[in-house]
Amino acid sequence: MKTSIKNNGLLRNFVVTVLLSSIAFMTQANELSGAAPDFTLKSNQGKNIRLQDLRGQVVMLNFWASWCGPCRQEMPLMDVIYKKYEKLGFTILAVNVDEDSSDADAFLNSVPVTFPVLYDNDSKVSELFDVDAMPTTVMIDRDGNKRFLHRGYKEGYEIDYEKQVNKLVRE
Amino acid sequence: MQKVVREVVVVVTNPSTYSAILGKIPSTTSIMPFFKVFFILLITVNSLLSSPVALAGTLPVDSVDILHHRFDGGGMEIDGPFILVRKSIGTQVSVNGHYYIDSVSAASIDVVANASEYTEERTEVSAGVDFLHEKTMISTGYTNSEENDFKANSVFLSIGQDFFGDLTKLTMGYARGWDEVGKIESDFSEDVDRQIYKLGMSQVLTKNSLMGLDIETISDEGYLNNPYRSYRYFDSDNTEFGYSKATEVYPETRTSTAVAMRGLYYLPYRASIKGEYRYFSDSWGIDAHTFEVLYVHPFGRQWTLEAKVRRYSQTSADFYSDIFSHEGANDFLARDKELSTYTGMTYGGGVTYELGQGIIPHVNKLKLTLLVDYLKYEYDNFRDETAGNGPLDAGKEPFYEFDAWVTRASITFEY
Amino acid sequence: MKTRLIIGLLLFGSVGVSGCTEFKPWVKPYERNNLADPIMSLDRHGAAGSYIHHVYQAREGARGAEGGAGGGCGCN
Repeated sequence: MKTSIKNNGLLRNFVVTVLLSSIAFMTQANELSGAAPDFTLKSNQGKNIRLQDLRGQVVMLNFWASWCGPCRQEMPLMDVIYKKYEKLGFTILAVNVDEDSSDADAFLNSVPVTFPVLYDNDSKVSELFDVDAMPTTVMIDRDGNKRFLHRGYKEGYEIDYEKQVNKLVRE
Repeated sequence: MQKVVREVVVVVTNPSTYSAILGKIPSTTSIMPFFKVFFILLITVNSLLSSPVALAGTLPVDSVDILHHRFDGGGMEIDGPFILVRKSIGTQVSVNGHYYIDSVSAASIDVVANASEYTEERTEVSAGVDFLHEKTMISTGYTNSEENDFKANSVFLSIGQDFFGDLTKLTMGYARGWDEVGKIESDFSEDVDRQIYKLGMSQVLTKNSLMGLDIETISDEGYLNNPYRSYRYFDSDNTEFGYSKATEVYPETRTSTAVAMRGLYYLPYRASIKGEYRYFSDSWGIDAHTFEVLYVHPFGRQWTLEAKVRRYSQTSADFYSDIFSHEGANDFLARDKELSTYTGMTYGGGVTYELGQGIIPHVNKLKLTLLVDYLKYEYDNFRDETAGNGPLDAGKEPFYEFDAWVTRASITFEY
Repeated sequence: MKTRLIIGLLLFGSVGVSGCTEFKPWVKPYERNNLADPIMSLDRHGAAGSYIHHVYQAREGARGAEGGAGGGCGCN
């Protein structure tokens, strides 16, 4: 391609394309679409829980581990949201990814929560949801569709969680 | 993510977007510098994107660490407290500070040979800040150390960045130090200026292993010897010892580089093993190798035992000699045993007891640690002059060696 | 030649951009169980750790490259 840089409009357009796409990716891309994949996991409430069975309810799916500081930090805050919206047809499923569930149970003994905790010891469900950050929270609407995604946890995220739950329960 | 890609493509292929943006890009004749700037931007953006969307690292945990340290050996007894505090302010900033004391009562080989016993205290304080933004951590701090004949001040700045899904962490640091070397009951005062450059990388290799690589270059300039220390030279006029002493003469500069590699492996039954190797070389001709192996074995959730072995060996500085042929034999003359050829072995063990959340209100973790190390240094070309029995022994005394016990007892609170 | 080089670099860069957004770390964030274990920390002992480095620096000719931090949970 023997063109001089100076007058290369094609090159300039190319540069703009790359720059624009980079910037687009840098902004918060936390809206999702599509059906949430179905799964069944054993829970800390005795019985197994299947996602499909919760159709009609808003589900906040949270992936956490006992060894993850920010995960531990948000658990009690999630419990506040759970208690507030549960009767409006809302539940939280906290999928624990510890290889050894006793670590998770030890944590829950000192920081108890009232929502169901599911055990994903071999990370099958984490893979299914393409989890790429710890913690990860996926908001699923009453039709079983993925709507919002949160990667990681920083102080203040729980405000967004509540806003989204509020919105989804009113749909 | 897919939805966003589609939207971007629509935006980008729409001609009206182009005319709006292209109008703002510099004209064709000045496009080259624009490319350079853009390329740098692209690299930066690439590194930001290597973990999708603006994720962040975590600040250090709030903690209070109280240590009592003790060194006992080689005729020296040094002990004191070391208190380290870390506190986060908001979600992006963490401040830290430490207070350290060395309370010295020494009759080391250097002191016994040259002067009488003394007691001395060194106090060190520091203050620092860590600032976290997304995946970048910027740290800075200031340290001051004072004793009755030595003052040191230093500042540092370092930047750390996580890449590749948090599998890689790169750190770069720069530090600057200023020392004031003095002598008790004297007006003597000289300065040292120091610059330190550091580069570090830690890399997750597998689910069960990680490695680290560190490079550090230190450059000193100024009065680099110890004002109390002398070299010795054969002196037939001295009928008592066969040698005489004179003040050491050191070069005014020293540049050194250290490169270290470390690896950590997680053993399937829950234990870890760490191996380290460091190579050191400097402009004074010193070459040193350090090897260390550490084994950590937890028992249940609360108890952890550890054991380590370390081997240090170095070859002497070019201008070092235990005894010179005559006064002023070289341009530079040193008899500091730390610049000689020697080997140091450490055998260490430790026990840690931990209490997790829930036992003490507001405290997430309480850790009690006891570490004991046995050090043994054997010198190959530094002799124990106090073991000489007259001028015939000059330069033939047995080589010096010493051992020491180092004890560290600490209590750590994490919030 | 220079043009080709720059175009090549930009193409590489853009592949890098799209490649990186699809970057799949070979150890997933939820697989960091063992790496996040405190026994896998390069710096387990805080104050006690920096003290022993000070002991060695005072008695040995070598200095520097004593170690940093890394690994861990990779959270957030």
